Amino acid sequence: MNQTRRGFMGKAFGAVAGVGAVGALYAMKRSWDPLPSVKAAGFTTIDLSSCTANKLIVEKWRGKPIFVLRKTAEMVAAQNEAQTARDIVIGDDHYLVAIGLCTHLGCIPAYREDKTDFKCACHGGEFDSSGIETLAPPPSPLVIPPFKINGATLVLGEEGPEYSKMKEAGIVA
Amino acid sequence: MAHFEKANSLNEWMDQRLGVNTLQRVLAKEYWIPKDINFLWAMGMVLAITFGILLISGIFLLMYYQPNVDLAFDSVNYTIMQEVGFGWMWRHVHAVAASVVFLIIYIHMFTGIYYGSYKKGRELIWISGMLLFVAFSAEAFSGYMLPWGQMSYWAGMVITNLFSAGSLELNGVVEWIRGDYVPAQAFLDRFFMLHVLLIPVAIMALIGLHFGALRLPHVNNQNGEEIDFEVEAEKYKSGNKAASKVIAFANDFMSKDMFVVAIYLVFFFYLVFWNFDFAMDPVNFDPANGLVTPAHIYPEWYFLWSYEILRPFDKDIGLIAFAFAQVIFVLLPFLDRSPNTVPANRRGLFKFWFWAMLLDMIVLTAMGKLPPQGIFSTIGYVAALVFIGLWIILPFITKLEKKL
Repeated sequence: MNQTRRGFMGKAFGAVAGVGAVGALYAMKRSWDPLPSVKAAGFTTIDLSSCTANKLIVEKWRGKPIFVLRKTAEMVAAQNEAQTARDIVIGDDHYLVAIGLCTHLGCIPAYREDKTDFKCACHGGEFDSSGIETLAPPPSPLVIPPFKINGATLVLGEEGPEYSKMKEAGIVA
Repeated sequence: MAHFEKANSLNEWMDQRLGVNTLQRVLAKEYWIPKDINFLWAMGMVLAITFGILLISGIFLLMYYQPNVDLAFDSVNYTIMQEVGFGWMWRHVHAVAASVVFLIIYIHMFTGIYYGSYKKGRELIWISGMLLFVAFSAEAFSGYMLPWGQMSYWAGMVITNLFSAGSLELNGVVEWIRGDYVPAQAFLDRFFMLHVLLIPVAIMALIGLHFGALRLPHVNNQNGEEIDFEVEAEKYKSGNKAASKVIAFANDFMSKDMFVVAIYLVFFFYLVFWNFDFAMDPVNFDPANGLVTPAHIYPEWYFLWSYEILRPFDKDIGLIAFAFAQVIFVLLPFLDRSPNTVPANRRGLFKFWFWAMLLDMIVLTAMGKLPPQGIFSTIGYVAALVFIGLWIILPFITKLEKKL
């Protein structure tokens, strides 16, 4: 009788302590989550009409650099299908819009106008003008941020139909 | 209520209530240290003193440092460096000690490896020591964030990105660690907390464990000799100190220990006052800027060897190699299959293994600092493969070793 009582007390204590520990861990995890204010400040509007062809513009979205590159007609003509699929097309103009962080370890690649490609100084990775990796170590193309086309402007952080189409095709990341 | 006699002295009063005499006997007066040791046995005390120096200088820096992305850089580079009386000294003491402490840790580690001081009851000393190495690494990294210069920011970016686990792309984990999409206010605040509270507390607890794990197996000696500490202690206590193989931790051993510490401190303060620059990266004197990456991102010298193991491989393989390098030293007592506890130079193939490992880590360190181009890339790649290869062959060559 005594033994079962003690056993019961031990299990009850263990259960209460276990629930408390899980609850405390969950609270600690939540306390480290990005704050709502951080998440809410996540929209940037970019005016694409002011872009010059083959000149890289760097904008900022959620603290990250955003590459905006209007391509020249020659660049567009020389592209293959996979490259064109990543372009944002407004009228006749093709744009690359991507997060300007190397997919290796997050350095910012530099744009080389003469070679129309990106070179990362940290570990030597390269990307073409559509943000597709052409030289290791980067394992994947530059990430295309969620966007919505609004006339000649782009809202980053909101998913428009063009972005959804790219996402379904699996080419945004 | 326990019975207490009236005490006749302060010592007796304390002894009744705290057992200070027992404590002193167990921890110092009758804690026996072999005579057959050399100056390398003083590195533990050198480390303890350096940790004390880091703690004291850190307390003074803490009184003026501002953990805020807009204020942090100036609070270090203007307020502490130019306004606070002797603020510059605390900063240089803290930075130099943070760098030198790793040099001593590496010497301490390789001394242990050379003399086989991780075997036969000393496994827990080794394991707690490697946990201390991990804790010190985390402490160094979190501290490096605080001046919020370019190298702080970009090292923070690159190192936290490692937690996306390569192709698994766990970006949610990275954002959770940062508390933001990029290193920002939440990131600086939490790394400040880790640096000044959580990790130092963990380090102090681990130091307690490290010392505790040493007390029963005792310190190793230059020949790995198994000493009967009871017999030798009796000789010592009966007055036959010359014939005894041991001396008392205090005051005998401590006085020799502190002599080495004194020489070390001369070297240390020479660095602090005349050669502090090596611990101050010029790139970190530019304020953090999320839109400009420095041309080369490299860690402090003490992380270069593991960085070089990460660098020459593809992303996923690099991460696996890096993770391997981080944990493999912990397993040394179990990967060394030889029963011999003697210096490496008497251990057949292990002798070559020891020097190859030491040399390889120096090569990795040198290559990690150089830009990853041409011949340096190749040397780094080979050295990384050698590092992994050496650990793979260790159980086999030690298994073959003849029992001495």
